[in-house]
Amino acid sequence: MAEEKKVYTRTKGIIEGAVSGFCPGCMHSTVHKLIGEAAEELGALDKLVRVEGVGCCGLGQFYVTCDETIAAHGRAGAVATGVKRSSPDSLVYTYQGDGDLAAIGLAETMSAANRGENFTVIFVNNGIYGMTGGQMAPTTLVGMKSTTTPKGRDPEEHGYPMHMSEIINQLTAPYYIERVSCDTAQHVIKARKAIKKAFQYQLEGRGYCLVEIVTSCPTNWGLDTLKSLDFLRDKMFTEYPLGVFRDKGAEEK
Amino acid sequence: MAERVFMKGTEAIAEAAVRAGCRFFAGYPITPQNEIPEYMARRLPEVGGSFVQGESEVASVNMLYGAASTGIRAMSSSSSCGISLYSEGVSYCASARIPMVYVNVQRGGPGIGAIQPAQQDYLQATKASGNGGFRMIVLAPDSVQECVDMVYEAFDLAERDQNPVLLLTDGVMGTMMEPVVLPEMRSDEELKAFREKFMPRAIVGHPLGQQAFCRPGSVGDGQEQENIKAAAMYETWDKDVRVEEYMMDDAEIVFAAYGISARISRAVLRELRKQGIKAGMIRPITVSPFPYDAFRNLDFDRVKGIIDVEMSIPAQMRWDIDFAVQNRVPVKEVLRSGGQLLTNDQVMNGAMEFIKEVL
Amino acid sequence: MARIEINAEACKSCSYCVLACPTKTIEIGKEVNSKGYLYAQQVNPDKCIGCAMCGHICPESAIEVWK
Repeated sequence: MAEEKKVYTRTKGIIEGAVSGFCPGCMHSTVHKLIGEAAEELGALDKLVRVEGVGCCGLGQFYVTCDETIAAHGRAGAVATGVKRSSPDSLVYTYQGDGDLAAIGLAETMSAANRGENFTVIFVNNGIYGMTGGQMAPTTLVGMKSTTTPKGRDPEEHGYPMHMSEIINQLTAPYYIERVSCDTAQHVIKARKAIKKAFQYQLEGRGYCLVEIVTSCPTNWGLDTLKSLDFLRDKMFTEYPLGVFRDKGAEEK
Repeated sequence: MAERVFMKGTEAIAEAAVRAGCRFFAGYPITPQNEIPEYMARRLPEVGGSFVQGESEVASVNMLYGAASTGIRAMSSSSSCGISLYSEGVSYCASARIPMVYVNVQRGGPGIGAIQPAQQDYLQATKASGNGGFRMIVLAPDSVQECVDMVYEAFDLAERDQNPVLLLTDGVMGTMMEPVVLPEMRSDEELKAFREKFMPRAIVGHPLGQQAFCRPGSVGDGQEQENIKAAAMYETWDKDVRVEEYMMDDAEIVFAAYGISARISRAVLRELRKQGIKAGMIRPITVSPFPYDAFRNLDFDRVKGIIDVEMSIPAQMRWDIDFAVQNRVPVKEVLRSGGQLLTNDQVMNGAMEFIKEVL
Repeated sequence: MARIEINAEACKSCSYCVLACPTKTIEIGKEVNSKGYLYAQQVNPDKCIGCAMCGHICPESAIEVWK
């Protein structure tokens, strides 16, 4: 009998034995492990620096094994600018939710992207504020109920969902922009590849990379884990289609 | 090598910072401190540093927070209404105990106020530069030379205490030119020694099991424990109190002023001395920690009154003076604000009125 | 023979692994872990092909796979 080989193992990028603080079915924990796996595959875990946004992503501080600071709400793009410019050999990423990146941090997000700062943005878009209790985010879908849009998001009053990958794709400087998800194993593998590619580009000094991960929030969507997968595919993917928006590295080849 | 040059306050501040080892600067344009970022944009690339023009003051102070978290010497500057936007990042630095230096070249307020010089941010600077009740050493220069010396030393103090340090100056000091002796460039060895305390927390990437965290905030009773530690550190600042007691040996009339107001008061009290009036001055050099003892320990049998000279209406440093003096002598205010400068005549007239009442 | 190990304590019962498994070898069991979650268990180990889909999709990194 051939010797058995471990084909899937827990990444060293998350704390050994730790259980995440995220809700059941929440894909924040998936994204956390993918970041660890991507950095580990590149042999760069010891260079990894996390600039953490505010919100549910704050739970990640008790889960990851890399150097870390916490930015004020929305300021991760600015903090990461300071970190990366002062420590260019570090592998720096921001971890931000939709409220953090697209509402309170919009100026920092756009400006860092426009400067082409050489760090990676991991943007987790679940269409709602999680930690604070399910308020409307800029990415909340039209008609979607939240604790601050009890009758559903009304475009007349609240405007329309913001498509951050598309908006950032209007800028000249960014190097790589892709929107992925984690709803199936295939999508998880694709998401890991995207994060790894973004990290690789950073290590090569290519500049600003954004990986948007469209995820569910079973708790604040008020759906069980499996129904939230349906909502993710039926509604979120329609508003936020997955795919590569820009890959200057592929174009150069 | 120390060299004597003729320099504008803002540019002298910037050059002194570079010589102190500052290698990162982020800032946003605001009058009257624009020469600091402009100088840094030219100068920092020459020494391998990085300059970023932030998209706002909020972004700039957060860039400063990020840069300083990697263990390098980093600085920013702004003015009054811009400094208000710094509260977020400064509070984060104080919470995470990140050493950094920033400069407030004060202008008129409140709100957008006026672009001309003022001293209207005293209470904000010394008591509450952000949420959470943290404290900072706040240095208040009254000459371009002091601007230089204080910025140079501010980084050392910041690293000693692992805490932000603020240089509180004003539009007059920032725009005037004076001869200054510039300090020598800090050597890499010197900087390494200063940084040693912070380096284990520097977020630059570490091997597994040696992770560095620069965290503002904590969970459980962690935050309170941090606050207790910080409070104990603030208690050690008695030794850092700096004050100039000018002609105080026999003074009966005491001017109390800092920064530009102290320069004006000094000229006026010299005139008064010529007229035979025994005037002196207490000039807080550190406005935080405030030199309460200089006021508390006055000989109240001899001192007939205190003249608080500030470019702020209403008066702000008066709170600290009152706290120390406790109504043991009358206090007179001579004030301007909103970008209007105090003149020698105004201070002299105010002093003469007061002297007639109390002497 | 392929096999998986599920860390019952880390499982939060999301069922993503159950959906992801192409040979239906995982189910949500009837026992709870210390946090009160009904955790996932392998039910037909013989059918496991070691494709690791369960490992990839598990948000909690609770599944490790050998082949």
